[in-house]
Amino acid sequence: MSGELREKIIQFIHDEYVDDGTEVDDNTPLISSGLVDSFSMVSLKLYLEQEFEIEIDDDEASTEEFETVSRIQSLVSRKLQERH
Amino acid sequence: MAYTNELRTRLTQTLEELSAAGLSKDERYIRSAQGVEIEVEYPLGSAPRRVLNFCANNYLGLASHPRVVEAARRGLDERGYGMSSVRFICGTQDSHNELEQRLAEFLGMPEAILFASCFDANAAFFEVFFGREDVIISDRLIHASLIDGIRLCEAQRDTYKNSDTAHLEKKLQMWKDKARSICVVTDGVFSMDGMIAPLDRIAELCEQYGALLVVDDSHATGFIGRTGRGTHEHHNVMDRVDVITTTLGKALGGASGGLVAGPPEIVSLLRNRGRPYLFSNAVPPAVIYGALEVMEMLTEGTALRDTLEANAAHFRRRMEAAGFTLVQGESPIVPVMFGDARLAADMARSMLDEGIYVIGFSHPVVPMGKARIRVQLSASHTTEQIDHCVEAFIRCGEKHGVIKKDVGAGS
Ligand SMILES: Cc1ncc(COP(=O)(O)O)c(C=O)c1O
Repeated sequence: MSGELREKIIQFIHDEYVDDGTEVDDNTPLISSGLVDSFSMVSLKLYLEQEFEIEIDDDEASTEEFETVSRIQSLVSRKLQERH
Repeated sequence: MAYTNELRTRLTQTLEELSAAGLSKDERYIRSAQGVEIEVEYPLGSAPRRVLNFCANNYLGLASHPRVVEAARRGLDERGYGMSSVRFICGTQDSHNELEQRLAEFLGMPEAILFASCFDANAAFFEVFFGREDVIISDRLIHASLIDGIRLCEAQRDTYKNSDTAHLEKKLQMWKDKARSICVVTDGVFSMDGMIAPLDRIAELCEQYGALLVVDDSHATGFIGRTGRGTHEHHNVMDRVDVITTTLGKALGGASGGLVAGPPEIVSLLRNRGRPYLFSNAVPPAVIYGALEVMEMLTEGTALRDTLEANAAHFRRRMEAAGFTLVQGESPIVPVMFGDARLAADMARSMLDEGIYVIGFSHPVVPMGKARIRVQLSASHTTEQIDHCVEAFIRCGEKHGVIKKDVGAGS
């Protein structure tokens, strides 16, 4: 599951934000590098909520939590656990 | 008062970081009126030098045009220096109203409202019309003033990749049943690369999904399109853009002032609720008179924008023939690409030694690894001046190893 989760997140980030072939992996800085700006973060949050049927509060959708794929993956995993 | 050591240390440190990263903005003093030939004091303290200016937004060459200066002088004589009031108290002269009407007419919009700047116009707009129930979908490369304006309102926000209409459509589909109203925002011409937004397709999508279309045409008004009305004329969608914001601070004389043009309700509500409109001083009479003269000149004919278009085409053709990499396009903003930030800065410095004033742009103003010199043509440049600029580029390009010798300088 966690492998699949990771793949989906990376795929989405590629499709949604990358337009110059930049490679994104677990620890690529997303927010601080400017790849994902504060306006664009919304679509990432919406995607995660819809795709994984979770709810992320606005104060949880912080720039720290969204900084890397690995952080996002922990956030989503935690939400999935809370749901069960 | 308490300008604490903590704060002072923090600010000093920030300034040092900027300086170390080569990002400090040092201003060069111009000792003459704005124009194609200017006198620059650079480095500070040195004797002023005459150089050719290729980095102003003076697209139509009206910044110091005798007719505009004369009109502004008449404004001073007839209506004084300042208004000392916001518009709604006692800051509106008949000429403010006249200029708003002329601008609306020129843009092909029902009404227009003036602000102290386009930054103010963009800062005012969104907060007045959109709240939590709405969504604003913006191009990822819109101008900083639009970004700040959108930040000031509580609407939900989303973005699409620069000028990528397939991505925009995906976003419209996603939001269509989730928001009370949808607003799509783009620049008409993007200032850093001179690309013209695909407004025809964007307008179509906005109609299909019921979204309000807002275009900032600051780098287009007065010269893009057959009669210079802007990006909507260029793409043949004059009647399919809801709102245009633009500036008097570039092609239209370059003094100051901005506007929002659109439906009467939008303009009226901005007069009542737009914070930078309600709480900031009225545009001074000399600027209003100058801008009225500009509008007069623009309706007399298209000679200025035609010359500008020819100048840009000539410059592009010669630079490409010389082997430089340009961002393709049709606007008078011509980015010459160098990639490396230091190379772009070195080139700009060498160009100044050659008597050509251009500026290098690098990260974070443009993406990492895409450093460039942004050349801006003006209708006032002569062909000889443009050729002189190209030849300087060739000499500096060879010196810095950007182009090979003997590639040929083209026509
Ligand atoms: C696209 C765009 N919008 C708005 C502005 C701001 O215009 P003004 O100088 O009138 O505040 C600028 C100028 O830098 C701009 O390039």
